[in-house]
Amino acid sequence: MSGFPILATRGLVKRFGGVAAVDGVDLVVDVGEIRCLIGPNGAGKSTLFKCLTHQHQPTSGHVLFEGRDLQGLPTHRIARRGIAIKNQIPSIYANLDVRENIRLAALRRNLTKRELDSVVDLVLAEIGFDNLQAKRPAATLSHAHRQWCELGMLLASNPRLALLDEPTAGMTRDEMLKTVDIIKRLNARATVIVVEHDLEFIARLAQKVTVLHRGKVLVEDSMERIEANETVRDIYLGRKKDTAHAEG
Amino acid sequence: MDQFVILCFAVVNSIALLALISLGLTAIFGMMRVINFAHGEFIMLGGYATVIANHAGVDLWLSMLVVSPLVVGLIGAVVERLIIRRLYGHLVTTMLATWGLSLFLIGAVTAIFGNTTLGVSASLGNIAIGAYSISAYQLFLIAITALLVVFSLLALHWTKYGLIARAAMQNAELAATLGVDCDRVYATTFIIGAAASGLAGALLAPISGVLPHMGAAYVARAFVTVISGGGALITGFLSAATILGPVEALLSYFATPVVGQASLLLLAVIILRLFPTGLSSLWTGGR
Amino acid sequence: MLRHIKHALFPFALVLVALTGPFVLEPFDLVNLSAFSAMAIAALGLAFAWGTLGILNLGHSVFFGIGAYAYAIAVSNFGDSTLAVLIGTMLPVVFSLVLGSCLFFSRLGDVYLGVITLCVTLIFYSFMTSTADPWFHIGRVPLGGFNGVTAIPSLNMPANPQASLSTEATFSICLLALAGAHVLLSLVRSSDAGRIMTAIRESELRSELLGYDIRFYKLVGFALSAAIAGFGGTLYTAMMGFVSPSVFDLPQASQFVLWVIAGGLGTFVGPVVASFAFQLLSSQLGANQVFNTELIFGATIVLFVLLAPQGLQPMIARIANLKLTYRFGIFRPKEKAA
Repeated sequence: MSGFPILATRGLVKRFGGVAAVDGVDLVVDVGEIRCLIGPNGAGKSTLFKCLTHQHQPTSGHVLFEGRDLQGLPTHRIARRGIAIKNQIPSIYANLDVRENIRLAALRRNLTKRELDSVVDLVLAEIGFDNLQAKRPAATLSHAHRQWCELGMLLASNPRLALLDEPTAGMTRDEMLKTVDIIKRLNARATVIVVEHDLEFIARLAQKVTVLHRGKVLVEDSMERIEANETVRDIYLGRKKDTAHAEG
Repeated sequence: MDQFVILCFAVVNSIALLALISLGLTAIFGMMRVINFAHGEFIMLGGYATVIANHAGVDLWLSMLVVSPLVVGLIGAVVERLIIRRLYGHLVTTMLATWGLSLFLIGAVTAIFGNTTLGVSASLGNIAIGAYSISAYQLFLIAITALLVVFSLLALHWTKYGLIARAAMQNAELAATLGVDCDRVYATTFIIGAAASGLAGALLAPISGVLPHMGAAYVARAFVTVISGGGALITGFLSAATILGPVEALLSYFATPVVGQASLLLLAVIILRLFPTGLSSLWTGGR
Repeated sequence: MLRHIKHALFPFALVLVALTGPFVLEPFDLVNLSAFSAMAIAALGLAFAWGTLGILNLGHSVFFGIGAYAYAIAVSNFGDSTLAVLIGTMLPVVFSLVLGSCLFFSRLGDVYLGVITLCVTLIFYSFMTSTADPWFHIGRVPLGGFNGVTAIPSLNMPANPQASLSTEATFSICLLALAGAHVLLSLVRSSDAGRIMTAIRESELRSELLGYDIRFYKLVGFALSAAIAGFGGTLYTAMMGFVSPSVFDLPQASQFVLWVIAGGLGTFVGPVVASFAFQLLSSQLGANQVFNTELIFGATIVLFVLLAPQGLQPMIARIANLKLTYRFGIFRPKEKAA
């Protein structure tokens, strides 16, 4: 794992009216990492993700992806540069079958017909869908399968940075474990930033953890030290403190 | 100096006209997000109600201010019950259904009353401004439009119905848990919107007469005004009318009516480009 | 394989009619059917833009009208119909690109798009009706206001402006053109670009996130629908011999919308069949004052929206599938994407 940053945000701010959902975030993620982003509800995690894909226009600050500023780029250009996102609410093509979903994700890459077909088959195998399931409209899938379908789309689009917003929300433990496998496969080709709440998931995957609180980075460290951090516990439990001061 | 007064009058007149034809639509689209493409036909029906009642002997002012709103309100109630109620939440389907309704109403009126213009006259005379003159009826129109707008503002913010309606509009589920019968609120709002459109048609009847196809002239402008206005009910469409009206009036005067219409549309597109949820996002924070 | 046969059935039937019609039908019927086909071609444009790409273009008649007028003016000025058809097909494309680049920005909702496009066609109507003064002319053709342009030559042999095509030949051409338009649009829809357009219709957000340039695909699809509509407009004018501002008006715009709804949004065969059915109905009603076209069409639209929101073709297709399943056990009722 090299130490080169694939993503670096500098003073990223996103305001909605008077509220700063993201309030000056400096985040650096290295190539090949799996970084976990945690924080209580309303900390600004999803908003931060959306600022990276320009689903929200950042109010101020810079985002550097592979050293290049993303300023002013529309969403589809950012996707072409190699950033893929799985939103909190799965956005897949509900009325199209799973196979078509995956194919559309891979279609944008300049592949020959044969390469395209084999990518789709490969991805379907990686997310564990058999032929019958692949022919079903995505809307008829269970919640977990929908998440995997979307993860499959990410795999098929071959990004260099994958942003996953709560990929295991609503999953059973077994489903969560399968998701961990899929994400590890994803990590073989892409840097991954995951927003999650499930502690076991984080323990199995994360190398470094960043804690977000009220739009700012509170602390960045390994999971064990984060778990032991008093301030982090306080903000999750909502105990009042004058300033959220990082320890350790 | 006289020409300046006339020009001012034309500007205020244009704003009032847009406001008058949009008021009913604001209630229906602005509050309930129901696309009523039959809006122009509600106006048309209001005009016809006045003309028919007046020709049958009813006093003109009574026909305009009482008969038309009642008749069109009733028609609105029937339409809501039979068609709109089934389609709440489905914007495009409602749009298509009301488009069909508008064709149907045009066809029905043509079948019953024929295809020629009918008219009434409200002889209020003219007022001289130097070498020019203004129709006193147009002044009356401006005055009554202003009255209606003020009345709506008061009704929305100071009456119980207004409060309930605004609550149901912002969050129907929450309002329902508080005991508000949202179906009733929607029906009432639709009827009020229809009646207001009927009133508009009635008031406009002495100016242009009534024709089965007259609605088309109004529906496009009303929609463009309401959409450009955005979520804030009264201030929204009023601000849009204030910008769009004069532009259309002035360009129609200095160029041709078609240029006026085209610039109205162009201006609306520009407004939507800058404020995708309408002008009122400027002061409501983008709802 | 069987699916391909199913898709080729309809254009094949049209080709059959195109070739055998002149021997079986009266000239009066040939003329009518030619005009109906021209309209059906234009309707296919909307079926594509709305059904495949999801663009709610309520003012589709504007492309039809531009094509119609362009043909009228070009053929009267240049004397050759082939060039005129070309111009009539291309001019709407140019306009669609201009219009599209003003309108296809994200966050402009369906409804707003529908209202604005409707206004555009109404403005064209307004403008055209105001051109009665002889000052409004292009070349030696006055625009004619309400009366429009008359005495328009019909189609001629491509190289020979003097050789007018017969009624029979024109009929065959119109039906072949309809078949061709159907095939073209079906091919586009099943191509990669078409599948991307379908994806954009299904979810703009997801398509953007996958890296597709929504504006680009919408512009291309919009332009294609404009070309098809304009082409239909040229054929229609060639058939009728005159064109008036009514090609832009609200009833005309309503017709296209009606045929697509009744036929089935997302299908191509449905709107074509619906267009023939309704045009036939309209010509039977004639100038009937009481049961006039607006009354009937309006009621029909409302009924369809309330009772059969997906139109007739899906219903028929489902029934057909069931019968075939029962009898042959070959086709399986498929959850087809709209």
